[in-house]
Amino acid sequence: MRIKAQIGMVLNLDKCIGCHTCSVTCKNTWTNRPGAEYMWFNNVETKPGVGYPKRWEDESHYHGGWELNSKGKLQLKAGNKLNKIALGKIFYNPDMPELDDYYEPWTYDYQTLFGPEKKHQPVARAKSQITGEYMDLKNGPNWDDDLAGSPNTFDQDPNMQKIETDIKANFEQAFMMYLPRLCEHCLNAPCVASCPSGAMYKRDEDGIVLVDQERCRGWRFCMTGCPYKKVYFNWRTNKAEKCTFCYPRIEEGMPTVCAETCVGRIRYIGVMLYDADRVAEAAEEPDDSKLYESQLSLFLDPNDPKIIDQAYADGISDEMITAAQNSPIYRMAVKEKIAFPLHPEYRTMPMVWYVPPLSPIMNYFEGRDSIKDPEMIFPGIDEMRIPVDYLASLLTGGNRIAIKSALYKLAMMRLYMRARTSGKDFDVEKLARVDLTERSATSLYRLLAIAKYEDRFVI
Amino acid sequence: MKSRFFKQVEKFNGSFTQLEENNRRWEKLYKQRWAHDKVVRTTHGVNCTGSCSWNVYVKQGIITWEHQATDYPSCGPNMPEFEPRGCPRGASFSWYEYSPVRIKYPYIRGKLWQLWTEAKKNTGDPVAAWASIVEDKEKTKYYKSARGHGGLVRVHWNEALELISTMLIYTLKKYGPDRIAGFSPIPAMSMISYASGARFLSLLGSEMLSFYDWYADLPPASPQVWGEQTDVPESSDWYNSQYIMMWGSNVPLTRTPDAHFMTEARYHGAKIVAVSPDYAENVKFADNWLAPHPGTDAALAQGMTHVILNEYYQKRQEPQFVNYAKQFTDLPFLVFLDPSAANDSHFTSGRFVRISDLNNDEVANAEWKPVVWDQNTQQIVVPNGTVGQRWEDNRQWNLTLKDDAGNKIDPELSVGADSENVVVDFPVFDQQGNGVLPRHLPVRSITLANGQQKLVTTVYDLMMSQYGIKRTADDDLAAQGYDDAASIYSPAWQEAVTGVKQSLVVQIACEFAQNAIDTGGKSMVIMGAGINHWFNSDMNYRTIINMLLLCGCEGVSGGGWAHYVGQEKLRPAEGWATIAFANDWQPGGARQQNGTSFFYFASDQWKYDELDNRALKSPVKKVKHSYDHPADYNQMAIRLGWLPGYPEFDRNSLSFTEQYNTTDIATISKKVVSELKSGDLHFAAEDPDAPQNQPKAMFVWRSNLFASSGKGQEYFMKHLLGAENGLLAKSNDNFKPTQMKWNDQTVEGKLDLLVSLDFRMVTTPLYADVVLPAATWYEKEDLSSTDMHPFIHPFNAAVSPLWESKSDWQTFAAIARKFSTMAAKYMPEPVYDLKTQPLGHDSKAEISQPLGEIKDWKYGEIEPIPGKTMPSLSLVKRDYTQVYNKYVALGPHADGNVGATGYSYSVKPEYAELRDRNSVWDDGINADCPKLDQDKKVAEAVLLLSSATNGHVAQRAWADAEAKTGRKLQDISAGRAEEKITFKAITTEPREAIPTPVFSSSKHDGDRYSPFTLNIERLVPFRTLTGRQQFYLDHETFQEYGEELATYKPTLPPTVMGPKDTKITPDANELTLRYMTPHGKWNIHTMYYDNLEMLTLFRGGPNVWLSPLDADKIGIKDNDWLELYNRNGVVTARAVVSHRMPEGSMYMYHAQDMEIQEPLSIITGNRGGSHNAPTQIHIKPTQMVGGYAQLSYGFNYYGPIGNQRDLYVNVRKLKKVNWNED
Repeated sequence: MRIKAQIGMVLNLDKCIGCHTCSVTCKNTWTNRPGAEYMWFNNVETKPGVGYPKRWEDESHYHGGWELNSKGKLQLKAGNKLNKIALGKIFYNPDMPELDDYYEPWTYDYQTLFGPEKKHQPVARAKSQITGEYMDLKNGPNWDDDLAGSPNTFDQDPNMQKIETDIKANFEQAFMMYLPRLCEHCLNAPCVASCPSGAMYKRDEDGIVLVDQERCRGWRFCMTGCPYKKVYFNWRTNKAEKCTFCYPRIEEGMPTVCAETCVGRIRYIGVMLYDADRVAEAAEEPDDSKLYESQLSLFLDPNDPKIIDQAYADGISDEMITAAQNSPIYRMAVKEKIAFPLHPEYRTMPMVWYVPPLSPIMNYFEGRDSIKDPEMIFPGIDEMRIPVDYLASLLTGGNRIAIKSALYKLAMMRLYMRARTSGKDFDVEKLARVDLTERSATSLYRLLAIAKYEDRFVI
Repeated sequence: MKSRFFKQVEKFNGSFTQLEENNRRWEKLYKQRWAHDKVVRTTHGVNCTGSCSWNVYVKQGIITWEHQATDYPSCGPNMPEFEPRGCPRGASFSWYEYSPVRIKYPYIRGKLWQLWTEAKKNTGDPVAAWASIVEDKEKTKYYKSARGHGGLVRVHWNEALELISTMLIYTLKKYGPDRIAGFSPIPAMSMISYASGARFLSLLGSEMLSFYDWYADLPPASPQVWGEQTDVPESSDWYNSQYIMMWGSNVPLTRTPDAHFMTEARYHGAKIVAVSPDYAENVKFADNWLAPHPGTDAALAQGMTHVILNEYYQKRQEPQFVNYAKQFTDLPFLVFLDPSAANDSHFTSGRFVRISDLNNDEVANAEWKPVVWDQNTQQIVVPNGTVGQRWEDNRQWNLTLKDDAGNKIDPELSVGADSENVVVDFPVFDQQGNGVLPRHLPVRSITLANGQQKLVTTVYDLMMSQYGIKRTADDDLAAQGYDDAASIYSPAWQEAVTGVKQSLVVQIACEFAQNAIDTGGKSMVIMGAGINHWFNSDMNYRTIINMLLLCGCEGVSGGGWAHYVGQEKLRPAEGWATIAFANDWQPGGARQQNGTSFFYFASDQWKYDELDNRALKSPVKKVKHSYDHPADYNQMAIRLGWLPGYPEFDRNSLSFTEQYNTTDIATISKKVVSELKSGDLHFAAEDPDAPQNQPKAMFVWRSNLFASSGKGQEYFMKHLLGAENGLLAKSNDNFKPTQMKWNDQTVEGKLDLLVSLDFRMVTTPLYADVVLPAATWYEKEDLSSTDMHPFIHPFNAAVSPLWESKSDWQTFAAIARKFSTMAAKYMPEPVYDLKTQPLGHDSKAEISQPLGEIKDWKYGEIEPIPGKTMPSLSLVKRDYTQVYNKYVALGPHADGNVGATGYSYSVKPEYAELRDRNSVWDDGINADCPKLDQDKKVAEAVLLLSSATNGHVAQRAWADAEAKTGRKLQDISAGRAEEKITFKAITTEPREAIPTPVFSSSKHDGDRYSPFTLNIERLVPFRTLTGRQQFYLDHETFQEYGEELATYKPTLPPTVMGPKDTKITPDANELTLRYMTPHGKWNIHTMYYDNLEMLTLFRGGPNVWLSPLDADKIGIKDNDWLELYNRNGVVTARAVVSHRMPEGSMYMYHAQDMEIQEPLSIITGNRGGSHNAPTQIHIKPTQMVGGYAQLSYGFNYYGPIGNQRDLYVNVRKLKKVNWNED
């Protein structure tokens, strides 16, 4: 066992309002400069949708992340370094997203508005920030926001293609959710493994993954290696850039910009202790649907005296251990199992996790018997609009049971709290069925609902 | 490789991972990016009512970015906090600072500048030069028709100031001050900036135009039901709710910083229901989604009310509900029955019974005291709390259940279901028109003072009958069950209207009511523009408010209505109003005009109005004062003193003293009355197209009026501005008003000068004649507050105003200085301004016109008595040479009392303190007056003079409220009596406002703000006729339109093109869709719409959303260019096709301005308009009623709303995208 500390994030999608404040504050702080126009270290996607860059989840196309070779060992889906050099692929990378897969950044000829008198009212027209030419807008970083253009995009969502539930893009069955995305700061980062220059690294003290701007040679294999498409290429500096988990702030004890400015109050930051010696083994779990649990097995109980002793021995500081003991990430991911990693089947062991959202009852279930049964006031998990299959495709490599357990837990917590706040009796046995006690349900409620600043961010 | 070999490398994870010791000095790169020199607390002003505290980061004198402040005072250990308030729009504001749309210098329209310099040279005198331009038709056309086409030229500040001042001098002398108007919306979010122009124009005697009603954000239901403009819970109070319906309010999108209180409330067990015609963002959080057809919300609410009445009032009498109804609503009040106009043997409901009907004794304000039946004495009594007692001297006006003599009473809700029974006719309305609904009604016979026998009933009985609640076994006219679709207002009936399943309506209604029982009223409806911008918005709102009242939810923390659209809560109200309307120099001297009427007449929309009111009236009631054309009601409203009418008379208001050769107001009043009667003098509104009656100049600041809120944009462009436009309608000369003059000539370009203060080049400055560069929200000091939270936020300058920009306060100071200097030459002597004033709410004038019966002096039914049967008249002395000196000093009248909502209290100690804090002027008219020369000093004065920000003032305010109501109230703010919230204090940390009787919450000590708790918990009456929350409105005009009780009314009939309008070449692939403009996600009105970050995040230009089902009908694909048109105008935009949209409706999210990516229209050949091009307003007669208790005028309180939702467009593909860059 070799204990490392990793800083991680949980996003409670059940509270996400899809407002994109995180994207804007992040962009203004980090990437509103030449060469970085198209970069959104943090972006928000409407699901179902194709995302940014388009269809990033289609790894049969982009070949990001890891796969297991015939011996059951990890290898980069795009091929290993030697392979690339041997095949001359280092000069030719067919798996890279192109600018149009992201979008061509544009601006407007605003100065026309101050110009001389014209026949008709002047207007500011879109111009490419790359070429300076007028441009017909056809794509953007959030083109399919709120199911916009769904006749074209609904079926193009790789997750929709995977699920078996029969859901059509019609008004009656409409559903949507938001997925804010940033670099996953993976335990098993394929970008780091892809870099031919050794410019990418995972920091020993907190696990933040960075691109050394001095060593980067612009090979761009990190871009292919990352299945989340969260490493970008700065076309002015010719270097790769990516989310830094705001390390200049984290080092000062402040949360990331995206987390602090999240007005939905959905983001939590905390420290996790994990066994760095078992990462490869865990990532080599052959069954995609077991990878989530496999990753869970890496995390170590920060309150276990043996773990604490070993952590000290492995050079983890007292402060880090205390932070890990109070970690909201540990609480939600490991103890309550309501948060899940994004696409664990990429075998990257990502460290930005998500609480799945509840959703409204489907039309053909509504109004059913609920008047007689006060507990029917909330929709049942199987009656909700967002198919469990869809969430499982995003968050558990297809493990439906894990998703359903989390949703049951959220729903039961609501019922329990409703009974309490309106002075009604509640059968505590029901809490036990979802692994809750009155005390843990209350505490979970406080973490999710009251969510004070110092409870969200434990750094 | 060699160097690497010698470095320390440690392998682990089965040799899969290696630890290297590398130099990480490069990491300073991003650390330098993060480094900054200072952080300044400020916020974003106007357009958004969020009022969020932001930290702006400055590096080497450059504003870099902004993040939300997180240091709000806590809501307590068991609640979520307000941090971090903000949204993506606000987060992108810093883009504007150095952007290419920034207005850096003053500009004047090139063609006007050319005429002006020539004329000055020719005449040698600026005023003569101005006259030579504006009185010359060709010259005015020359520069007015160039509006909007570019060609603005940069000038020096002094040159711009001279032109503006010259125009003012000329216009004042020739036409009068009321020909000049100012428009600036919602003061709360940058109140000093609003106050700047308002103060200047008020000192001139020019009118400020209201905005809340004009935006159709004002819910007229609120004045109607509560006598309150709008009072709502702060967003944190949502968290105290256990049942939240979001009804026509897309909370995550329009209340972004507040939405989390809703998402978090779910975790303590609150059920969430979303009522929305589309799968909107808020539906994501709902447990149930109800999708009624657009505009049918009242029917849905009535279906639910039917269930609530039946389950909780009829099948069982829920004591909690019944007790609430008896004490806090008008349900027990007695109403006369009149013969039905539809059927000889039937009845219809009439007006409230008053004590004056029953008693010949001398009772004070007897006609203003409605009555109830007391169960204790089995007699009719006047309960305390009515408007009659409110305006009685030495009366303790409150809601204790006592009669006029102080005896305890028990009001009877019903005359008894099995008592004498008649058939009553209710008016009903549907897409086919109006109809008659007969129901059984229990009645009681009473003897009037004149000996006559009359049938009466209670409001409760009327409601039960209206809804068809079956109260006796043999009632064949009542609903025979929830599934009785033939019975109007039943759940089954509503399903046919709304499309929402009846079983769901029954379920939600029961849950809603049961939750109120279980939690003591914590059922809440968050409502907004989705149901408020309709012609019949008051019906939508009143039907929903009825549900809340019947379940006792109003005045309960976590319960009641929560209306959020265009709302404001300017917390330090009294100090602000004193300064903004120059009451410190001339109390009551300001003109305040309701915006909708002003624009309706000024933009000539009245001449195109196609809405014949005959179809909208009740078939069961015929009234005497009835008109077909909506404009006629407005004329009646002006002459009877219900609504203001500025411009005022067809004569200069400064000319009367000279003409009558007296300054005695009594003499002048007599002569004016006699001239009005004889027809020698007219109200200007009677002939708004006459040259002397037109508005001549307009100042617009903090606003993009001509795109964002110019409903009927093309009418504005054509008639107000004389600019290129896309108006396809023709004026409607076969449907003319009878009460005003029809001018066959088309008047184009009424405004001689449009002045715009702005920091970004958008439509309004593009069309303005003078553009003045404004400081941004990061460059000045100001104040902001909102009803979403209890804090007062400061604006602070992160950098000084950039380029040549100035704060609005400094700009109007500069105009005032130049103007005063010129006035010394051109208008050296004081003048006397004859000012009319409508009968105002919260003043004794609200009991001027009794019994809700209209008496019109024009037809000799009553004498014209100023301030009683017509507007009041006053004479205001104006010294135009002193405008600047007054503007920059807090005048002597502030060394006395301030007040609001009927309360008044001294601020003398504060005035003295301000002398020391702000220092005083040395000599002249403002000697010894505190200085208001700097923005920050104005802010300090506002904070010190107001009860919400000064604990001493709050105590005095509560003391006055105690004296008037006889209730103990001072304890509410006692804990904060010592606090003075200064500008510095709120810059250091957000501070919560102090509770004050100016608003209706009694919450304190950390409890969340909750409206009407003062009324319910402390028994302070509502400011209505009955002193209670009113289900019933008995004014004649409400009876005429069948709106005594709330009822479903359909949306206005579809009119795309009128028969006489411009003929459009048909297109085979064309579709007619409902056209709606809900608030958008990527902009707040037009603010941020031009912002590159927001444009990048969604589709980069004008767009409209529609359903794939509609798109397929005419082959529209996502991102196709479309052209949408109706008689009002044309807009070009790209299609967004999405299955979250219902069939038959199109959204063009508000407010997509026309200067970004807007191609030419094929139909008109001109530039497509903004989202407002296809809009037009329709004014509603009931919203013009005045002089009658809560139905009395107040600025932004009552008046017709500028609704723009009942509209349709034709949609076709744009055949060719032509930008025309010539």
